[in-house]
Amino acid sequence: MTVQWTPKPDLPPPPLDTGFAGWLKKNLFSSFWNGLLTVAGLLIILATVPPFLRWALINAAWVGDSREACIHLGEDGISGACWVFIKVRLGMFMYGFYPDAERWRVNLAMVLLALAALPILMPQAFEKLRTALGFALAGTIAVFVLFGPGPGAAAALLLVLPFGLPHVRLKAIFEKVDAQPSAGLAARAAALALAGGIVYAAARGFEGNALPGPLAGVFIALLLGLMLLDRAPAAAWQWVFLFTVYPFIAYVLLMGDAYGLAYVETHLWGGMFLTLVIAVIGIATSLPIGILLALGRRSTMPVTKTLCVCFIELIRGVPLISVLFMASIMLPLFLPEGAHFDKLLRALIGVSLFYAAYMAEVVRGGLQAIPRGQYEAAESLGCGYWRMMGLIILPQALRLVIPGIVNTFLGLFKDTTLVAVIGLMDMLGIVKTALADTEWLGFPKEAYVFAAAVFWVFCFGMSRYSMHLEKRFQVKRH
Amino acid sequence: MKDPSDTRSSKMMMLYDPRFRSWLAQALVLAALAAVIGAAVYNTAHNLEKAGLTSGFGFLGEVAGFDISLTLIDYSRASTYGRAFLVGLLNTLLVSGIGILLSTALGFIIGVTRLSPNWLISRMAAVYIEIVRNIPLLLQILFWYIAILNPLPRPRQALDLMDLFFLCNRGLIIPKPVWLPGAGLVLGALIAAVAAAAVLVRWARHHQMATGRRFPAYYVSTGLIIGLPLAALAAAGFPIRWDVPTLQGFNFRGGLTVLPEFIALCLALSLYAAAFIAENVRSGIMSVDKGQIEAARALGHRPGMTLRLVVIPQAMRVIIPPLTSQHLTLVKNSSLAVVIGYPDLVHVFAGTTLNQTGQAVEIIAITMLVYLTTSLTISFIMNRYNIRHAMRGA
Amino acid sequence: MKGAKLIAVMAILVLAATAAHAGILENVKKAGEIKVGVSGKVPGFSVPDQNGVWSGMDVDFGRAVAAAVFNDPGKVKFVPVTTSERFTALQTGEIDILSRNTTWTFQRDAKQGIDFCGILFYDGQGFMVNKKLGVKSAKELDGASICIQIGTTTELNVSDYFAANKMSYKPVVFESADESTVMYDTGRCDVYTTDASGLAARRTTLSKPADHIILAEVISKEPLGPAVRHGDQQWGDIVRWTLFALINAEELGVTSENVDEMMKSTNPSIKRLLGVEDNLGEQMGLTSDWVYRIVKHVGNYGEIYDRNVGPDTPLGLERGPNALWTQGGLMYAPPVR
Repeated sequence: MTVQWTPKPDLPPPPLDTGFAGWLKKNLFSSFWNGLLTVAGLLIILATVPPFLRWALINAAWVGDSREACIHLGEDGISGACWVFIKVRLGMFMYGFYPDAERWRVNLAMVLLALAALPILMPQAFEKLRTALGFALAGTIAVFVLFGPGPGAAAALLLVLPFGLPHVRLKAIFEKVDAQPSAGLAARAAALALAGGIVYAAARGFEGNALPGPLAGVFIALLLGLMLLDRAPAAAWQWVFLFTVYPFIAYVLLMGDAYGLAYVETHLWGGMFLTLVIAVIGIATSLPIGILLALGRRSTMPVTKTLCVCFIELIRGVPLISVLFMASIMLPLFLPEGAHFDKLLRALIGVSLFYAAYMAEVVRGGLQAIPRGQYEAAESLGCGYWRMMGLIILPQALRLVIPGIVNTFLGLFKDTTLVAVIGLMDMLGIVKTALADTEWLGFPKEAYVFAAAVFWVFCFGMSRYSMHLEKRFQVKRH
Repeated sequence: MKDPSDTRSSKMMMLYDPRFRSWLAQALVLAALAAVIGAAVYNTAHNLEKAGLTSGFGFLGEVAGFDISLTLIDYSRASTYGRAFLVGLLNTLLVSGIGILLSTALGFIIGVTRLSPNWLISRMAAVYIEIVRNIPLLLQILFWYIAILNPLPRPRQALDLMDLFFLCNRGLIIPKPVWLPGAGLVLGALIAAVAAAAVLVRWARHHQMATGRRFPAYYVSTGLIIGLPLAALAAAGFPIRWDVPTLQGFNFRGGLTVLPEFIALCLALSLYAAAFIAENVRSGIMSVDKGQIEAARALGHRPGMTLRLVVIPQAMRVIIPPLTSQHLTLVKNSSLAVVIGYPDLVHVFAGTTLNQTGQAVEIIAITMLVYLTTSLTISFIMNRYNIRHAMRGA
Repeated sequence: MKGAKLIAVMAILVLAATAAHAGILENVKKAGEIKVGVSGKVPGFSVPDQNGVWSGMDVDFGRAVAAAVFNDPGKVKFVPVTTSERFTALQTGEIDILSRNTTWTFQRDAKQGIDFCGILFYDGQGFMVNKKLGVKSAKELDGASICIQIGTTTELNVSDYFAANKMSYKPVVFESADESTVMYDTGRCDVYTTDASGLAARRTTLSKPADHIILAEVISKEPLGPAVRHGDQQWGDIVRWTLFALINAEELGVTSENVDEMMKSTNPSIKRLLGVEDNLGEQMGLTSDWVYRIVKHVGNYGEIYDRNVGPDTPLGLERGPNALWTQGGLMYAPPVR
């Protein structure tokens, strides 16, 4: 008779190895030293977090609208934050000295930017044409309801028109003249000039300032786009609109002095709004310039290469603050008499050129990682330099260095605070002004913590987004 | 008969020749650049001349007439602007040097902590890194300045340790060593000890290579560097006097004052850079193949030795290039001192001197040149180190 | 060939752009506004309120020039400039007038390419200390830490004063007056120093103004006045005589309220000043009623003073040296004739 050997059921693991206790033992008290470290860590947390929470939340003054609400805080050793100060000053922290009655323009410009950029930042969510179009229409209607008919029209122009342009077949018109190469070119140039001229003249005829020059420029750019991008998808047009139509709308909105909007001088701009203006323009300009510099540095043309290397190394060797000093004190001396830029524009030039040099090095890293075979394949397909770079090399190279690009953007965003040193009223500049306010003296910690929190949210969000991008592209590559 | 369109087409051909096109493009770029620079120089000269400004570097020899709160070399109001420039430069180097040392040490500790198997500790390091990296440095400097200054008492209520060390909102005041005649011997001994230690370490390495036997060179050299100067000190009969600070009137007299601006700046710069360095260290250590560690353990190395002899040398190859750029960034970031009134180069030279003399072009150019030189020097040194390390590791 | 031509064209363009400049007055008239560089941070001299409306002595002076040129005190744009960039901004034409409580010194007038047009405010550097320190005189300040603003004449004056009195001090130099004040308030320094008017203005912004006293000593001469770019005599004259007109108007008793009646005055000095008979203003490129415009829109010197820094304002400054010479002060303007 055979006896079937039946194994006994497994013993449960010792209680200290499972569940919460097991987790504790494994992760916190695996050895004597680890236990000691854990205790030390706990002590540090106990020493920092509860006092901070007491200061920031429990003892803090939230209600009120004057300094009286915070009078009690200094007494009896109660240390608490006076958030009333932030609350009262919030408008200034956000918009600087931008006139109260005109602040809707800032809001509108930001809302339009968000609406125009969202489909580009999250393409996978807007893959279906119906979703994308629905989003654009919903955004337009929302702007119409919230801001009125004029802004609604601008939103429609910016958000909905990109979906219409793919159906405009400009190429068909030119097909006949295209038989002769130079005739086709001439016809296109003539068409551009004519259309630009008509728009210019029409804008001149408009009652009040309508910025005829820039308007004609945007129109010509769009027309040129129609000629070059035949039957391009709406997504491509969204990019084009973000870099042509949106800047025009934002300029009109923020500066005013056109289309019946009051003029708001740039030295009234300030707060988070100015920080965002500098950051967005800096980001939008430093990447293209950086790419050009990187291509120049890798170029075989000795003059171009030397110039790019010198520029990049020079800029990377000096602090941003000295570049800003140069922009604010020296740049005016370089210009002919009577010609001068706005101070904000000078700071912007400084910031973009500075970060373009850093961007160039990041992009160069990506270019170097592209195998030689890709170049050769592109050349054997008969691509010229720009088509090879634009269609084959750069898309791969940029994808490789997304983390580096976002890190540079993060650095740029954080360094916008430096413009406070040359007297611009960005978030930090306005905070410092508010600190000198007679009524609210003595709350620097609150102001700095608030500013830090705002910056942190933006930067942390950006770095998370970059991680998400990295993951997405990695999935695509494999 | 010759076709008249022939010459035209050959001209067109030339336009399609890539070599010709590249030279044309470069010539155009160069011409445009020359025109822009020429115009800038012309405009500047014109603007300066019209304004009756004198250009040149003669102002460096003029008397400065202002005081500076922290001077590492002799400086008074009767010194020249050139001397003020040197004072500012040394202050920049001082804060950068200390910042680099502190941030590297702290960065390595946090980076290793981030990889610790201890969940709590590694999480704390992660939180620290995420908080510090995502807040502008300028804000952190201002915050630390306020955070350090606010709780400190005024000089008359200074916190005092044995009547030798005082802490108040004028800074940390410590006794200052005053060297008496004979102190040169101690300095000589120190230099000799450092030189001897360097030779010893080299010899020990060769010795180990040749014979396989280790000589405890590091312990011996530490002993040398501490012991020799001490012996010299004793031999010379302690030629040193301590200048002890005392409270007189408003402030402490005598002693050495560590300015609160300096402490805040050092702290902010180091804490900020440490967060970035920690990430570099982490990725460096993670880049070392796990097999290497297992092999070292299999050979019987203890964890500490594995880290020191196997992991770190290999990780260093990955860590050093980004570490260099962090150090460069720190030096450049030290220019933010200007916002809290620490008298660095930008503050003393591009601030006060520029305003008093009006020589904007010269001063900004010198300032940028100094930072450029410092950056290039540091990257040169670190590159050398990197080459040596890479070769040793390979 | 092509390249060479292009270079030539560009060079010509650049030169042409450089050569095309007219007098400041014409440029200002063409632009329709005067750009005045101000500090924007000194209560009583130039500061915007929450709606961006500017007030202060420096600001009102800019308005007076605008009134003289355009008959409209609003045709003026105030550009905040920092201490570091103020002279460059003036030299390069970014601003037409620098009216930024700037001290008139030899070096600035002779070496920095600007011309001062007179004295709008007689000031002098003083010290502010906390009462608790028990200091009665600046001579007792030996060893003190002093909060100073970077790049100002005060930085040099303090050094002079302490050296002359064989005392030592510790400078704590900040980038802006705001920061100096805030740090003085937190106790980083024992002493805050700047121009006496500035001290009064800054004391109002301290957390406990009553705890601080301004010492009696005035250690320097700080004549504050408007400045223009060197090299345009006509524009310099307009700014200079706008200042003198303000002072003369006060001396002759012409105010913004009675200026219309004064037009009928029989006093020949007043008649000349208001351009009733002469056309003095036209000789300067303005209209004959330029002073009438100034006084009508902005008031005379005394009105500007009382409105911005006088005893009834938070600054509460007595006229002192800024009183008319007929009342024991230093304000004395050459006659308009």
